[in-house]
Amino acid sequence: MTDPSPPAVVLDRVTVAYGTNRALKNVSAVFPRGAVGLLGPNGAGKSTMLKSLLGFIPPREGTLEVLGLDVAARPLEVRARLGYMPENDGHIPGMNAVTFVAYCGQLAGLPATDAMQRAHEVLYYVGLGEARYRNVETYSTGMKQRIKLAQALVHDPDLLFLDEPTNGMDPKGRDEMLELVRDLAQNKGVNLILSSHLLPDVEYTCEHVVVLDKGTIATFGPIEALKGPAGRVFEVRVKGDLEPFVAKLREAGLECRETDEDIWRVFVPGGVTAPGDDQRLIAAIALASGVQLRHLRASLPTLEDVFTRAIGEA
Amino acid sequence: MSPIHDQSYRRYQGTRQPPGRGWTVILRAGIRSMLNRRLFLALLVLAWLPVVYRVIQLYGATMTAAAPQLSDFLRVGPATFKDFIQSQGLFVFFVTIYAGAGLIAGDRRANALQIYLAKPLLRIEYIGGKLAILMTFLLLITLVPAVLLLVLQASFAGNLDLLRANPQLVPAIFLACLIRVVVASCTMLALSSLSNSTRYVAILYTGIIFFTQAIYGVLLVVTGSTRVAWVSLTANLDQVTAALFREPLAYETPVVVSALVLVGLVVLSISVLERRVRGVEIVA
Repeated sequence: MTDPSPPAVVLDRVTVAYGTNRALKNVSAVFPRGAVGLLGPNGAGKSTMLKSLLGFIPPREGTLEVLGLDVAARPLEVRARLGYMPENDGHIPGMNAVTFVAYCGQLAGLPATDAMQRAHEVLYYVGLGEARYRNVETYSTGMKQRIKLAQALVHDPDLLFLDEPTNGMDPKGRDEMLELVRDLAQNKGVNLILSSHLLPDVEYTCEHVVVLDKGTIATFGPIEALKGPAGRVFEVRVKGDLEPFVAKLREAGLECRETDEDIWRVFVPGGVTAPGDDQRLIAAIALASGVQLRHLRASLPTLEDVFTRAIGEA
Repeated sequence: MSPIHDQSYRRYQGTRQPPGRGWTVILRAGIRSMLNRRLFLALLVLAWLPVVYRVIQLYGATMTAAAPQLSDFLRVGPATFKDFIQSQGLFVFFVTIYAGAGLIAGDRRANALQIYLAKPLLRIEYIGGKLAILMTFLLLITLVPAVLLLVLQASFAGNLDLLRANPQLVPAIFLACLIRVVVASCTMLALSSLSNSTRYVAILYTGIIFFTQAIYGVLLVVTGSTRVAWVSLTANLDQVTAALFREPLAYETPVVVSALVLVGLVVLSISVLERRVRGVEIVA
């Protein structure tokens, strides 16, 4: 008997290469249903993974499954259940927004009247209702992002691939796009994979994350679980020679990384300690290094911390 | 039913067409898009003007008993239809450029291939849909008027004597038109897949037609033989057309060679399309 609700995506030892350059190296991962963030720096292989799942790039080795369907064996069935919002601008030349989205609906198998009705609905949903009779070529960058989402949604996919959906958007547009993504995932029951190099985007919209780095999986799991392993995080700012201080922190087994405005985030691994022990340890190291401790505050682990540690380990 | 229309996102509960019909969606949209262009409509009307001339000729041929001095000029036979199809070559050229140059180039410029191929649509369906757009318009100015002329000839003559005397006529009309349409469509579509610029594609196609003819002209002067006509696309089409109508051949090139050149061009075009029409540009 088959599983009634298989995972959104399963990759089994997948290698994808462009010539001699391997973009994905023996990757195995399971993407659960719901909202999953695909996180990684530029060039990590995120877009390659999505394009392989769409069947655009056949893997050199391994198998890919989407919603329980083998991508290589049943590509049309897979794509009928997928919605893809590409990273680059894309539209059909010479069409206005509603014609374009309805056309995409028909290409995905919707009857013409249903496709047109859904086109109007999704254009309103993504905030382009008033501009739906304008030619897509006249749209601003933010509007082009929205119409890409509309064409991906028009046939009501079971799984949505969003490749850098907030690229090029102004802060207000970005917030609105993230709200839409979050609404789709949390209220409308649409499974989605959001590929991004922007940690806040993934943290705001997704429950799970898969971190890719240099074509391999650095870490994956529920974001909350990844953020909350044993260990504490502190924000530290010191005055003086940083090098010996950082060196001594690392000698003591503490991880640290610099953020903006001279603030360092220091990770203290291990189990629960007595209140104040960690702070005393950091202060002692600062004293031993000859630097002046100007700021020391307990912080909460963020996805950025998970990402940094994962990339560091990878 | 609620009086307030829900403008939020709703799940779709309706029916879905099975995969495999995407090419018809592309064909319908493509035809609609072209017919919205007045210049293109004018070109189609212009392409039908020779039909008027031929209708007059066919009608006049039935009146030769009244004016025997015109009988040679108005004689109707397989050559009439062959000449008509060959003369439509000029309009085939212009319609191919107007309707075909942007078919894939426009999609490449707008990054539309990734949109198309992310849908349940095979690459062959995409190519087939695009090919069908161009072939529809080309058949509209070649095969459709040729068949119409055949029907009118039988109507004016009041008998089927022409068809009885020339049983090869109907298949020759169909094959000659199809060969011209398929060669022009495949070549143009392949060129369209090579560039993002419609204008550049149009220049390339014009170049192929005129450059091959020019090379033939030079070789003809050098060798003094029409055996080298196989280098010209137009000459190959005319040679095969003449053979189908069992009319005297214009060139010494064997018909088989001309046919092989045309088949080779179509195969090359399909190979180019296979390589160029992809959901993702791969630069190895």
